[in-house]
Amino acid sequence: MKPPPATPIPAAKARPKSKSKRRALDVVRILLPVAVLAAGIAVWGLVVRLNDIPPYVLPGPLMVFHTLVNDWPVLWQSLLTTLLTTLEGFAAAAVGGIALALLFNQSRWLEYSLFPYAVILQVTPVIAIAPLLLIYLPQQTAVIVCAWIVGFFPVLSNTTLGLNSVDRNLAGLFQLYGASRLQTLRYLKLPAALPFILGGLRIAGGLSLIGAVVAEIAAGSAGAGAGLAYRIAESGYRLNIPRMFAALLLLSVAGIVIYGLLALVSHLILRRWHESALGKES
Amino acid sequence: MPDPAALSDLDAGPSGLAVSLRGVTKVYDSGVEALGPLDLDVRSGEFVSLLGPSGCGKSTALRLIAGLNAPTSGTVRVSNRADRAQTGQSIGFVFQEPTLMPWASVRENVRLPLKLARVPVAEANARINAALAQVGLAEFADSFPRELSGGMKMRVSLARALVTDPDILLMDEPFAALDEFTRFRLNNDLLSLWGNLRKTVIFVTHSVFESVYLSQRVIVMTARPGRISAEFRIDAPESRGEEFRTSAAYAGYCREVSKALAPSYDENADR
Repeated sequence: MKPPPATPIPAAKARPKSKSKRRALDVVRILLPVAVLAAGIAVWGLVVRLNDIPPYVLPGPLMVFHTLVNDWPVLWQSLLTTLLTTLEGFAAAAVGGIALALLFNQSRWLEYSLFPYAVILQVTPVIAIAPLLLIYLPQQTAVIVCAWIVGFFPVLSNTTLGLNSVDRNLAGLFQLYGASRLQTLRYLKLPAALPFILGGLRIAGGLSLIGAVVAEIAAGSAGAGAGLAYRIAESGYRLNIPRMFAALLLLSVAGIVIYGLLALVSHLILRRWHESALGKES
Repeated sequence: MPDPAALSDLDAGPSGLAVSLRGVTKVYDSGVEALGPLDLDVRSGEFVSLLGPSGCGKSTALRLIAGLNAPTSGTVRVSNRADRAQTGQSIGFVFQEPTLMPWASVRENVRLPLKLARVPVAEANARINAALAQVGLAEFADSFPRELSGGMKMRVSLARALVTDPDILLMDEPFAALDEFTRFRLNNDLLSLWGNLRKTVIFVTHSVFESVYLSQRVIVMTARPGRISAEFRIDAPESRGEEFRTSAAYAGYCREVSKALAPSYDENADR
């Protein structure tokens, strides 16, 4: 008779414990990287001050912050330019990648003929293609094309994978009920591929920013319409190292925000049904 | 709801054939002879089980009847009510797995056949509610498949098959993956549904007990390539329940059917 009353008590105790433990773990997961960042900045500041390093070699964190505030009008304008290019490249990558995958899915011939070239475009370093593109295309277009080239492949390959992972029995069901090609695509293949597509888009977001930056550096255009990458190159020539750091910081933050936004969108869309978004409790 | 004319049309031929297979064989591209030759007649409104060892081609037979695959030779005939636009609507299929769309709610899963047939939304909603009520899931219309138990998912699958008001219900080992208690309950529910709706049911299973409990007729199949080796008529009250399950008659049928099935398994073991 002893075991039955004995078991529920530790079980009941264990539950809140594991819950609070999990919450503590979540806090630690946020606090740890923040602590590392703070420590890194502190060490950076100390090294600069103790060694009397001049700002044109290595500016201290405070100086970078001041530059960020003082140069804000210029940097903000450049940030907007880069973000716009990234957005356009990303949109082109998303539309192009998904559309190509749909085409490949409908026609095997098309897939066999074109897929190798998609791979070639992907494996050729964009930094090497950019100067060529700048010769043949107007600059703004060339920059967007660069962002597209880098971004579209993950979307294409992920969407293709998703369209091919449709449940066989569900496909049979659609066949049984006489679904048209378009209905099968709309009600079966696209929803089934959605988690894969969103995964591809998440990668493409960061890559589009990289593509935009690479193209800007290759283009090297000055003036009011210059992006952050150009600011970095320009500041390098002028030994304005604090501004280089400030622009780099902005680029990093932009990349993090893009990734976070796409992850959030993906989570919101999938949270009701997909394993990846369900969390640990279920 | 179907109009009265359609109902009388169905009632007009209770003794007619719902499904008729003649000399049907199926050889897969890999060269595997899966089935036949098979001759099978199923009367309208009849509950027939196809019983056989795994891989004997009974699922293949079901897919041929559904039109999901084409036979290598022979003819498959499925009666079609005059008011049906497509053959698909006259057949409901329940797979071994629930085969639900994980991204859609229970209601939207059941709606699928009607949406594909472009049934107007108002009519579709009424039929979805009726189908969900039939399987006892009216309260779970807005749940997602992952929130349901295995038995409930199977019920959704059944509701989806019933929502087009098909003449023929094809079921491919639908309860094989469920625990015994859930399986008994679903068996009883299926029987009472069949009693009310009088669909033609072709039920594939590898369980002797399930086939005897449910069917009017049990067809025993041999190992691959599947052929009919024996046929049993189960003369028992149509309102079956625990009483029938524990009766001597039930045990007797099970024994006979098992005996007929045994050679199929021996053959299987020899290979």
